[in-house]
Amino acid sequence: MAKEKTGAVVVVGGGIGGIQASLDLADSGLYVYLVEKSSSIGGRMSQLDKTFPTNDCSMCIMSPKLVECGKNLNIEILTLTEVKAITGEPGNFQVLLKQKPRYIDLDKCIACGTCSEKCPKKVPDDYNAGLTKRKSAHIRYPQAVPLKYVIDADNCIYFEKGKCRVCEKFCPADAVDFSQTEKEITVNAGAVILATGFQTYDPAVSDTYNYKQFPNVVTSLEFERILSATGPYQGRLLRPSDKKEPQKIAWIQCVGSRNVHSGDKGYCSGVCCTYAVKQSMVAKEHSDIELDAAIFYIDIRTYGKDFEKFFNRSRDEMGVRYIKSRVNTILPGDNEGDLIIRYVDEGSRVVQEEFDMVVLSVGLDIPKESVDLSNTIGVGLNHYNFVETGYFDPVQTTSQGIFVCGVFQGPKDIPETVTQASAAAAKASSLLSSARFSLTKEKQYPEEIDVIGREPRIGVFVCHCGTNIGGVVNVPEVTKYASSLPNVVLAEENLFTCSQDTQVKIKERIREHRLNRVVVASCSTRTHESLFQDTIREAGLNPYLFSMANIRDQDSWVHQSDKEGATKKAKDLVRMAVSNAAKLLPLSRSKLPVIKRALILGGGVAGMTAALDISSQGFEVVLVEVERELGGMARKIHRTLQGDDVQAYIEDLIEKVSNDDNIQVLKEALLADFSGSRGNFKTLLNVGPAMYHREVNHGALIIATGAKEYEPKEYLYGKNGSVKTQVELEDILLKDKEVAKGWHNIVMIQCVGSRNVENPNCSRVCCQQAIKNAIALKEINPANSIYILYRDIRTYGFAEDYYRRARELGVHFLRFKEHEEPKVEEVDAKIQVSFRDITLGRDVTILPDQLILSAGMVAGDTEEISNMLKAPLTSDHFFLEAHVKLRPVDTQTDGIFICGTAHSPKRIDETISQALAASSRACSLLAKDYIEVGGVVAKVDPELCAACLICVRACPYEVPFINEDGVSEIDISKCHGCGICAAECPAKAITLQHFEDNQILAQVDALMEAIQ
Amino acid sequence: MRLSYPDSIRIIQVPCTGRVDVIHLMEAFQRGADGVYVVGCLEGECHYLTGNLRAKKRVQYTKQLLDEIGVGGDRLEMYNIAASDGPRFSEVAREMDEKIRALGPSPIKTMLQKLHADDLSIHV
Repeated sequence: MAKEKTGAVVVVGGGIGGIQASLDLADSGLYVYLVEKSSSIGGRMSQLDKTFPTNDCSMCIMSPKLVECGKNLNIEILTLTEVKAITGEPGNFQVLLKQKPRYIDLDKCIACGTCSEKCPKKVPDDYNAGLTKRKSAHIRYPQAVPLKYVIDADNCIYFEKGKCRVCEKFCPADAVDFSQTEKEITVNAGAVILATGFQTYDPAVSDTYNYKQFPNVVTSLEFERILSATGPYQGRLLRPSDKKEPQKIAWIQCVGSRNVHSGDKGYCSGVCCTYAVKQSMVAKEHSDIELDAAIFYIDIRTYGKDFEKFFNRSRDEMGVRYIKSRVNTILPGDNEGDLIIRYVDEGSRVVQEEFDMVVLSVGLDIPKESVDLSNTIGVGLNHYNFVETGYFDPVQTTSQGIFVCGVFQGPKDIPETVTQASAAAAKASSLLSSARFSLTKEKQYPEEIDVIGREPRIGVFVCHCGTNIGGVVNVPEVTKYASSLPNVVLAEENLFTCSQDTQVKIKERIREHRLNRVVVASCSTRTHESLFQDTIREAGLNPYLFSMANIRDQDSWVHQSDKEGATKKAKDLVRMAVSNAAKLLPLSRSKLPVIKRALILGGGVAGMTAALDISSQGFEVVLVEVERELGGMARKIHRTLQGDDVQAYIEDLIEKVSNDDNIQVLKEALLADFSGSRGNFKTLLNVGPAMYHREVNHGALIIATGAKEYEPKEYLYGKNGSVKTQVELEDILLKDKEVAKGWHNIVMIQCVGSRNVENPNCSRVCCQQAIKNAIALKEINPANSIYILYRDIRTYGFAEDYYRRARELGVHFLRFKEHEEPKVEEVDAKIQVSFRDITLGRDVTILPDQLILSAGMVAGDTEEISNMLKAPLTSDHFFLEAHVKLRPVDTQTDGIFICGTAHSPKRIDETISQALAASSRACSLLAKDYIEVGGVVAKVDPELCAACLICVRACPYEVPFINEDGVSEIDISKCHGCGICAAECPAKAITLQHFEDNQILAQVDALMEAIQ
Repeated sequence: MRLSYPDSIRIIQVPCTGRVDVIHLMEAFQRGADGVYVVGCLEGECHYLTGNLRAKKRVQYTKQLLDEIGVGGDRLEMYNIAASDGPRFSEVAREMDEKIRALGPSPIKTMLQKLHADDLSIHV
């Protein structure tokens, strides 16, 4: 009998990748040890100001995930911890961890910041990329999880000189503990996921651009901090040397990327072009004066979903200047702090221009510790020190049971990292599906006390928070005042309301005084509401019978110099919370069973990969394909850029899918109807030539319907037999290589049907496809002349190696300008290509034997499916994800996921990652026996509803509908709880539970009582 | 960040500014508030997709109502601030505080206080 597997996973690295993997795993029934080297999770993303291509605030979108991770009972966050060794076998590893002391007791620290305030030692703050100082006792950033201080022993006076301990003396919670020592911990886990991320390339190493010498030459990460509201200048755009507002800023691209000369960074980092576009736009927005922004680049590589539009906007609407040139030198300018950039322009002239500030767009680099870790645990790396993975198995390392995601696997941006994190979680879950829920914890609560119809009996607990509140607000006075308020039967003050012993006390008071509502006046709901809700639940109260007054963050911390005013405000806030509490009602959450079956639309690589993974996680799949055969677009692709055999892979997939007992394949099947909500969908299909009806009940749905190759209307395609697309060329190369031996001159034209008015976006794969085929043609006949006419070559990541290889083989790359596309004519049945070569500065004419068009990728017929599933599309008809950064495979409708080219153009390996990610998201739903719905959701009173349809139109999630009784109905399993409908409803027929009108108005009235 | 701002402001928490109703705003003025402002996510970044745009419309409508009844629409504002932008939050608080101070007490409050004073004098 096989040994039982361990239902736990070690996730190494607490950046956005590690966080996503942990959430998926915990959700699907596995216990997670999230191991983080620094003092808090959040990683690089926490340092970013905005994110491309929407310019969303990075912290705003990330912080809910941090909180979710911190609150999850089944994610054990181990900070200041590193992996030392892994022994055992896949399914049963022993992972040896080393945890550095924090010197602060996690259970006692109340994050008041007194230690930091009193700490005399200042050191450069790495969170702010060294642009500011922090104390030795510090938190990494204000939203850090866990929100606990840490003493940096490497920079602590006590550890240097044996004296100080000021923090210990002043800590009001007695949390400082210098007796802590380094600990070794061994945990048992069935799988390991590496998500250790990257460091930015250090330009000081081979200081080409005098980064060390000139303070106004900054890295892009430093610039990100300069732009941030929590950065060194509170979000004001200033340059470091003299804090003057710059009027001219230059970005230099490819610093530490695409360069084989210095430090073996031959790869493209993939993200720098788009982040430079973003930074230039944000800088222009920040600037009070008209900022001149110039980006010096080799190729602009905005190849991601909607990135090209973003780049166009920066150039055409915001006036960012793009200069194609590799800058050779930065010199000091005439005025102190100014900088001169010397470069060669497109006409091969040496030009110089003066700037106030220069940003180096530094690449993504693998830290030495990650290399050491991989050596220790026996995980193979590629020639650039990234983790080696197979093309068709993009998250599997060379060591079984150890998976990888994020930048450690290869350069990538946030959504690609999040996608791959889910993919790695899927692989770990597949491995450990037999051990699901064996180690996870679930809390049991006593039966709830019925409070309906009873007079409110409110208990108020006012917190001193050490001296944080007590030092400013007169807490005894506020407590006394609270006891005088209506319905309050008990008011008490506590030194720390959040401490463990106070939780015991609150529960006792609830019993002794038969409290049926609880108010805590302390800090923020963001960090503490769930703790107190849990406490009252343990005493038998419904968690919604709780209200909080924030007399710290909103009061004592911001009105420190006005004790009287702060005390008055605290009374107001307590009175408001008490009034609210009196009106609160218990809310129930009901359980809906989950149908443990997924339906997948599309039987290409994406659909088949997702189907196999869901099956191996132990769930049923119905795989729906429109065509007569499985395989999709990949059937036309013969090999990858790296040389892997795509057809053999597809055949293997089809065989596995066909022989899998958990997977039912429906070919020639069309979607006819769709209804239900997550966990409980019903889909009607018309199947086969006879179009017989088939009803499928399923808990999740994955859209994997693919895309199409653009059929060119330009360049004599279809009119002259020598004009072909790249896919057609590949077909010839596979079937009859000999034909190509007779060719002498081959021209390839890039961006056919991409990056133009009809299709503004980049199709992402065509540059690599052209290079792949050019190399193949050179191998068949090295004497071939191959000319690739391009605008920007976009061989991101390791594909850059093949661009270099093609150039070495003598493939000619000739650049033409946007709006100056080549002219293709037929002269005596021969093709003639003429264009203006930018580098040569003259018109060129070529008479090729073959003209190969790099036709882009366009969306399939998505509209009908989109309407039926209520899954929205982008303007170019690809499916739209719920959030472009952090929910890349979710749709706005819970339970429906997207993957593959239905989402946007992408390579096969990327499609596989995304398919696994969609599987992970679907399985974390299917793994549950039931889902809990209810709580803060909207409810319609049918008696009041006039069926005016306003709610139907107002809801951003299209939840309300008019039911058979002719009134509006809201499915609580779909409601997101925003309350838009409740506010819009003219008949006041809709209430948002827990934020009902009378509850909000009670607070308004209580506040205004002070006036009268 | 603990950036100070005037202590004239009290916050009422809602899940989304999309929940804020005209009656909530009007109730505050009716009960004597000198000023009210609604703070939501940046436009285009609403956590609930479109709630802040709905709120914007309602705030504009309520401003009209306030103008019509002589309280003055200037006493009500909507701001969009990123959750991480503490400095902007305190700047807005100061801005609003200064603006309302310049406008003086709301006519409703003045009336309420007068009524209240009269009321007391009758009972005394």
